[in-house]
Amino acid sequence: MDTVTNNHNGQASQTLEKIERVRQARRNKFYLREERITLSHGSGGKATHNLIEGIFAPAFANPMLDRMDDAATFTPGPGTQRLAFTTDTYVVSPLFFPGGDIGKLAVYGTINDLAMAGAEPLYLSTGFILEEGFPIADLRKIVTSMATAAREAGVSIVTGDTKVVQRGKADGLFINTAGVGLVRTQATPGQDQLRPGDKILLSGPIGDHGIAIMLAREALDIENDIQSDSAPLHTLVASMLEAAGQDIHCLKDPTRGGVATSLNEMAMASEVAVMLDESAIPVRPQVRGACEILGLDPLTIANEGKLLAVVAPTAAEAVLQAMHAHPLGREAAIIGTVQTEPPSMVFLRTDIGGKRVLDMLVGDPLPRIC
Amino acid sequence: MKFVDEYRDSALINSLVKEITRLSEGKSFKLMEVCGGHTHTIYKHGITDLLPGNIDLVHGPGCPVCVLPMGRIDDAISIARTDGVIFTTFGDMMRVPGSTGSLLDARAEGADVRFVYSPLDALKLARQYPDRQVVFFAIGFETTTPSTAVTLLRAQAEGIKNFSIFCNHVNIIPAIKAILDSPDLRLNGFVGPGHVSMVIGMRPYTFIARDHGKPVVISGFEPLDIVQSVYMLVKQLSEGRSEVENQYTRVVQPEGNVRALQAMARTMELRPFFEWRGMGFITHSALKLRAEFADWDAELRFNVPGIRVADPKACQCGEVLKGVIKPWQCKVFGTACTPETPIGTCMVSSEGACAAYYNYGRFLRNSSAGTDLSSSPSNSAGTDLSRPPEHGKLSLQK
Repeated sequence: MDTVTNNHNGQASQTLEKIERVRQARRNKFYLREERITLSHGSGGKATHNLIEGIFAPAFANPMLDRMDDAATFTPGPGTQRLAFTTDTYVVSPLFFPGGDIGKLAVYGTINDLAMAGAEPLYLSTGFILEEGFPIADLRKIVTSMATAAREAGVSIVTGDTKVVQRGKADGLFINTAGVGLVRTQATPGQDQLRPGDKILLSGPIGDHGIAIMLAREALDIENDIQSDSAPLHTLVASMLEAAGQDIHCLKDPTRGGVATSLNEMAMASEVAVMLDESAIPVRPQVRGACEILGLDPLTIANEGKLLAVVAPTAAEAVLQAMHAHPLGREAAIIGTVQTEPPSMVFLRTDIGGKRVLDMLVGDPLPRIC
Repeated sequence: MKFVDEYRDSALINSLVKEITRLSEGKSFKLMEVCGGHTHTIYKHGITDLLPGNIDLVHGPGCPVCVLPMGRIDDAISIARTDGVIFTTFGDMMRVPGSTGSLLDARAEGADVRFVYSPLDALKLARQYPDRQVVFFAIGFETTTPSTAVTLLRAQAEGIKNFSIFCNHVNIIPAIKAILDSPDLRLNGFVGPGHVSMVIGMRPYTFIARDHGKPVVISGFEPLDIVQSVYMLVKQLSEGRSEVENQYTRVVQPEGNVRALQAMARTMELRPFFEWRGMGFITHSALKLRAEFADWDAELRFNVPGIRVADPKACQCGEVLKGVIKPWQCKVFGTACTPETPIGTCMVSSEGACAAYYNYGRFLRNSSAGTDLSSSPSNSAGTDLSRPPEHGKLSLQK
């Protein structure tokens, strides 16, 4: 029995040492080992981070970019209002899917990136890469959908560009959009602003977009009526800011990589721990069912009309009520809290009461979802 | 959600944990869960965190991706690089490193590698592209072997000639035998694989209980299944019994699935020996296609190098697979070897002990993490704990 105990102690200290080594490695390991781009680099998960931190961030480095938020915010001159600026490219396949299409996604995606900076979206640009042979009827449908989406969201598409490439050099069409907005809050929400004690709020059920695309594409013969949640979040953000603008420390729309990846990014940028309660996280039964069958975790699946808000504990109830009063936040819930230790980690209290680490998405279960 | 929530009832799980704690007091037990699916559930739901410290769950060799030696990956990549080939595989296999990169790397360099959910999807591709050679990278234990067998029978019936199978199917029993015979291991019992047993039944495990005196409980894959199986093992041990018991009665029949076994026997036969990652060559542990199906055998159709490649020196997957060390005790765990840049196979599949531990379990056992989440629902269930839950009968305060 004694030797067993000794072994245990030895093991414990060895383990602690190991933990520290892994933690160090985890912090320092945004580097690129691959010699070629693989689809994982587009997943929004770890490989994407390695690509960005290994190539783009060092090359373009500046204080605005280094914050790595969804949109850059800046004041163009003395006495002027703060602006937010962002861009995003859309390569989703299929182009039309239950609950939306690539055009709607391109408009709402950029609106949401601006909204996450606390900005009111104003103007968008758009660029099209078209493949030779692409049906004009489809293009017309997509452009009409973009126009409707922009009009309904109250933004104007004010400039654009078109390129055509030979057949086989692009898959139908790709769309880029960029956007400018006016920042409506005095505070500067950002992923490095999380403080211990803060509450994590989620605006509604997760995983709808990713699963809708997957089922539309992979011909899995799973009967369902899951729709993409693609929606513009700027009015929801506006009412949240109105409720407690100063106390919202971070806003993020968990797109590629899902809630798990977004929260890991925040935990790392703010050097705090995040504790989630799995049973508090809303997931539609159909999405949960599909995830169970396919072996996916809803927490790593993409959303296109949901947001995460990190709010000071005193204001959490007020913000939650404001969300509940908005059509896009009716099913909002408080899903976790921010803690001090251990820094840069996200934990999940599982549905059965166990605890586990919740890591970023690794690899890519599902390329080209947006 | 129906048929899921019933098996994640925290009150019921807690009452089982209490019983496990009571029965095992003053003793310590090492139990091996043979199947990678169990390892995944254990970590995904934080089960180690719920069990008392004297119950040590050791992760066994039942992860099909993990046990494949490097040389076979190299063979697969060589087939995938052949002109005109569409190489199909399960998603996990894409990232497994061979001696010169993975299938994912081969794809980035131009090979046509696609992932499928079933060998029948691969056969569909063969019908769709009659001028291409479609190869399916068949891996797995008795769980996936029947679907490969059925696909072969269908290819034969339809006379589809541009389709072949790179067969790497393995059998679980010889691996368990090898573990039992290995001198550096002390185990008290086994959580038996559920889906494998659905095919092979309960009889093949008898020798473990009879000759080696270790109890076996065949288990389902939900958290409650596993906790109950641990309870049943601890109960056997505390009563000095060693039997093969079935916790997964809703799926596993004692005689297995006779039709599946017949399809396997029709299409495949035992290889004299097969190399397992980290465990070396094990006799009669894997399957190859029968001569009647030689036309669909990728190993005969393509020029396969078949060179044995030694595992990377730093990699301790073999010790992990045999349960000799825990994932985090490996020299490269979490530092040089991570899920995004794996050195060893155990770090690739979500069923691999290292990947499961890296993704879900790190830091939990000995760190200060999660102090504010320690409260757990109290137990007030007075149910018969040894009876498996049945659909519709499980309604505790709900």
